[in-house]
Amino acid sequence: MKTHYEFKPLNIGRWLVWSLFALLLAVAPLVFRSGLAVTVLSQMGIAIIACLSYNMLLGQGGMLSFGHAVYTGLGAFLAIHALNAVSAGSLPIPVATVPLAGGLAGLVFAVLFGYVTTRKAGTTFAMITLGLGELVFAMSLMIPEFFGGEGGVSGNRVVGKGYMGINFGPPVQVYYLIAVYTFLSVAAMFAFTRTPLGRMLNAVRDNPERVEFVGYDAQKVRYLAFIIAGFFAGISGGLGALNFEIVTAEVVGAGRSGAYLLFTFLGGATFFFGPILGAILMVLAFVLFSELTNAWLLYLGLIFLVTVMYAPGGIASLIMMNLRVAAYGRLRELWVSYLALAVTALVVLAGAGAMIEMVYHLQLNSAGGSELRFIGVPLDAKGANSWFGAAFVLLTGLGLFELTRRVFLRHWGEIQEFIEKETKRKEAL
Amino acid sequence: MEFFVISMLNGLSYGLLLFMLSSGLTLIFSMMGVLNFAHASFYMLGAYLGYTVSRFTGFWPALLLAPIVVGGLGAVFERLCLRKVHKYGHVPELLITFGLSYVIIELVQLVWGRIALEFHPPAILQGPAFTLINNSAQGLSLQWGAAPAQLCAAADATIRVVCSPFPATRGFMMLVALVMLGSVWLLLTRTRIGLVIQAALTHPEAVEALGHNVPRVFMLVFGAGSALAGLAGVIGGSTFLTEPAMAATVGSVIFVVVVVGGMGSLSGAFLASLLIGVLQTFAVAFDYSLGTLAQQLGVAPGSALLSSSYVKLTLSQVAPILPYLFLVLILIFRPRGLLGTREG
Repeated sequence: MKTHYEFKPLNIGRWLVWSLFALLLAVAPLVFRSGLAVTVLSQMGIAIIACLSYNMLLGQGGMLSFGHAVYTGLGAFLAIHALNAVSAGSLPIPVATVPLAGGLAGLVFAVLFGYVTTRKAGTTFAMITLGLGELVFAMSLMIPEFFGGEGGVSGNRVVGKGYMGINFGPPVQVYYLIAVYTFLSVAAMFAFTRTPLGRMLNAVRDNPERVEFVGYDAQKVRYLAFIIAGFFAGISGGLGALNFEIVTAEVVGAGRSGAYLLFTFLGGATFFFGPILGAILMVLAFVLFSELTNAWLLYLGLIFLVTVMYAPGGIASLIMMNLRVAAYGRLRELWVSYLALAVTALVVLAGAGAMIEMVYHLQLNSAGGSELRFIGVPLDAKGANSWFGAAFVLLTGLGLFELTRRVFLRHWGEIQEFIEKETKRKEAL
Repeated sequence: MEFFVISMLNGLSYGLLLFMLSSGLTLIFSMMGVLNFAHASFYMLGAYLGYTVSRFTGFWPALLLAPIVVGGLGAVFERLCLRKVHKYGHVPELLITFGLSYVIIELVQLVWGRIALEFHPPAILQGPAFTLINNSAQGLSLQWGAAPAQLCAAADATIRVVCSPFPATRGFMMLVALVMLGSVWLLLTRTRIGLVIQAALTHPEAVEALGHNVPRVFMLVFGAGSALAGLAGVIGGSTFLTEPAMAATVGSVIFVVVVVGGMGSLSGAFLASLLIGVLQTFAVAFDYSLGTLAQQLGVAPGSALLSSSYVKLTLSQVAPILPYLFLVLILIFRPRGLLGTREG
């Protein structure tokens, strides 16, 4: 039973996708030229590697880790120390290979800690990784020689003359280094899913008991996967160290680990490309959304709750479901429902957003008076009119959204039934 | 001697607070298989709601009302969110509580602000519960309440007097925790409700066939667990600090307690929380480092070694990581936890 179509003898689809990905990485900074854009793109590359390595545990191994930042963070610290050693002349390696030092650090620490954490699976694993994460974070404030205390460790990535004029001074050069690493890491991690070990990892996720019956050691499979994930996480951390030229203790903190989990899941843990979407979202959220509103973490938490409840496969699964509908030629009749859903959801968001923003305004900058502007509408955070209006908009939106949702669900179920019938009919042929 | 007694009692009271939290967590976990990541957030909510209610009604009604409100919120969350993801398995259940913890901390900061609150215990609990007086002439004596000044001041220079007060809030914390432990135990083992809960744990289908509404039992258990966390929050918040970071400081420690004690074992959680509470309290009180230890043993390490920060780290500085080190050691030597029954 094949799950996907393959071109013979040359797999054109694969070549096409990967060439497009490489092209996208190469052309992106030529399209978005501003300094901010290059920084954002660099961070996206770093986040993509981190989220994919995280998904090796969550999506492919069923291991919910709350301490992935330990490996990215320690990789970053080792990389910045390696960079400083290169600057001092005591370590004769090119600057471009510094992220590999971070990767090796991630691997070594994964070997060390993974032995303890991967003895268990499921919820116990989650708690132990959380504990280890806290352990490393608490240690980071205790040992200033290695972690640099409160100020962190800083370095300088421009060492000597450089090679053929590439000395990583300008951010674009660093971006291209990150792009090369991103492409290679994504390719390697995709290749890993097709190896026997990657396949066994999926088996361990789905049914560890049977894996043991067949004669594999589930614990060992988890441990090996954990080590490989640690290696890629370390590379991502090392790239981060090169990009920012400073590493502080927060990179091993619980907040960072939580962000990896949140966005990997939002992007979609069930598909390989899900975490890539998640990583792009993560950088956008941290760099751009946090500028727009004070309440962005609250919105993020709410979005996450809704995702877990209604789309446990994340954004990637939503895309794939609609692609399946499109493949059977039924997507066209859904667009009216989608439009209605989008409009009513926006109305709900506008109402809820106005309320949240008013409360935040009262809480944080009440000194500047109680008036604020929300999407161009002047609101008075202390006036009953604004509150009543916002509540009215919210409730109206909720009612309409519920109505459209019911219609849409009926329609959607009908289409899914049709698709199942079609697949059965094709199998019978 | 008096230092040892007071430290021991402090450690026990902190351990009992941890147990108040981990008991609700363990209860929910062994019932539903859900590891409630937001349990510490309910603790925080309890503290904040307790603060708000106590401003209107005083401390004692707040001690009763705030946990009830928190329990209600927990039950509503179970009914609306957790029940929906139950069919997807345990990982999404954990994830939804994780998302909830984000939302709660943001909402708390939204409503109560980002700074610590002035949440004081009532006047009756503000003094010391008793004072240990160590008089080098008369020996050790105990005085209820605060000791009068003339007892703590030596009459002549040759007699050394040390007074060590034990705060009443901590005594009250121990009292509440023990009452709670007793009542939960009685409820589970001696009442019909407890019988249904225990049966729903192991044979949900059979219980359902006998006409009990198992989903509703789950909802009530989740609410009760959250209410216990809320109760701990009112007491912890008034004893220590009520601030937005209070959930994070306690959250990871109670997970350590649950793993060390053995997953789903209430008595294991009790033992582990007392152990960790005492361990941390004693560690904070000692200012010894590897360097001073070596010097006391008669080994003189070189000055370069003495100045390195690893050797200079005192036990009190290492205190925050002790629970986690304990966790790692337990996992290596006894993976199922102290009183855990099964592997896996």
